[in-house]
Amino acid sequence: MKCQSCGQTALVHLTEIVNGKKRENHFCQECAEKQQLLKQQDLNLTAILQSVIGQHVGAQVDELARLTCPSCGIKYMEFKAAGRCGCPRDYDVFRVPLLPLLERIHRGVRHVGKIPPHAVERASVLIELRELRKLLREAVESEGYEEAARLRDLIKDKENADDPG
Amino acid sequence: MILDNLTSTSGEWLRANGPEADIVISSRIRLARNLSTYPFTNRASAHQKAEIEAKLRGYIEKLDFNPRLEYLNLSTVVPLDRQLLVERQLISRELANSEGPRGVGVAPNEIISIMVNEEDHIRLQVIRSGFALDDAWQDADQLDDKLEERAPYAFSEEFGYLTACPTNVGTGLRASVMLHLPALVLSKHIEKVFRALQKINLAVRGLYGEGSRASGDFYQISNQVTLGKSETQIISEIRDVIPQIITYERQARQDMLRDNRHAILDRCSRAFGTLKSASMMTSEETMDLLSWVRLGVNLGLVDQITIGELNELFIHTQPAHLQKVLGKQLDSEERNSERSRFLRARLREIENQMN
Repeated sequence: MKCQSCGQTALVHLTEIVNGKKRENHFCQECAEKQQLLKQQDLNLTAILQSVIGQHVGAQVDELARLTCPSCGIKYMEFKAAGRCGCPRDYDVFRVPLLPLLERIHRGVRHVGKIPPHAVERASVLIELRELRKLLREAVESEGYEEAARLRDLIKDKENADDPG
Repeated sequence: MILDNLTSTSGEWLRANGPEADIVISSRIRLARNLSTYPFTNRASAHQKAEIEAKLRGYIEKLDFNPRLEYLNLSTVVPLDRQLLVERQLISRELANSEGPRGVGVAPNEIISIMVNEEDHIRLQVIRSGFALDDAWQDADQLDDKLEERAPYAFSEEFGYLTACPTNVGTGLRASVMLHLPALVLSKHIEKVFRALQKINLAVRGLYGEGSRASGDFYQISNQVTLGKSETQIISEIRDVIPQIITYERQARQDMLRDNRHAILDRCSRAFGTLKSASMMTSEETMDLLSWVRLGVNLGLVDQITIGELNELFIHTQPAHLQKVLGKQLDSEERNSERSRFLRARLREIENQMN
């Protein structure tokens, strides 16, 4: 068989299927290289292998690639490339892919150390405030104005205590 | 202002008054913290960074802690002074070279520093002289609580203190000990020590942290794991391994004395002689010679200088220190000349004090 572009002996035989139609191409080594057919072939082979091996992984990777933090806007791929999170919420948003990473780095995935003491207080103040506001609404609705005034002052005090500036 | 005093003073942690100070230069605790309501520094806008800086600056200045911290706005500090703070180990090279709103709160005795807008919003550090990790941790822990009274930290029950880099998440704690190990380097046993440390997940670095060379035979040993272990566990793992290295170094020193006393004495005396008389001195040679003299003092072979004075010379002969004393920029040749001039003058001064 002869090369379809120069007439020398064809060594590369390429079968293409485009829109269901089969097309055969024959080239000599030189012309095939010139048209980068050989390289393309190699690339295709890797792509095929990857798609076979990584069929279910691929779906996950796609999903991860679409993960974006709604707070800071960082994409999972950006985080992966830089190795740095964009904001505290990323630990939630990227939790699933982070777990194996953390396991590898630390051989542990759960914090067992210090807990910020005032965060606990702060959280309890917030819960208390929510409770007081509810009582205040109820007092106003039932026209217990004296009680409402007392609650309002209490809420104001607690709010100020929470913001030491 | 602290910047003007730095070249005439030395940090308390350099004074060699802590435990095992012949081998352990210093013990350091560093905590990484972030405010819960902002992106991490790398993703914060200029405006957000300015807000973070202003808030933390306020908190740090009002911090109810003894000693009181002096706050420096690093975006208005000139590069030479920033370099000076790096040489003093008060700020990281990264913070010195970055841009935008950032700062540092420093205790006048240089035991405490709190960096603002480094890789994390807050990098709190306590350094103590000698082998004193527990003391350093106690200070850092208290200071951390005081700061948290005002600053709401990014914290999750599952992952602990949230940090920009997942390698710091959890406790956000880096505990490190700086060791002077000339005998282990000389006897070539140091590699064995490194391999053993790496096996138990401890990192070994040079004098100025990540990526720096171990000049002057100084090595920093620190934890790598920050998640899944408590602060006390992390600290005790390092605390337990250091005495073994100290014993190993002491043994190597005794072996050297026994087998090569005259040769060692000669090396130490020559090193001291060169420091007192040379007229050009690179930073590297200075570190190398000072390391020999330091070993000589610890072996009882040199007695004209103290370990504290030597520790100070290691820092005061760094480029920014020399330039700050002279009040001008110097190229490297000028620095080498000034360095030797400084060493000659300082060593003469020390000798006169002793006599």
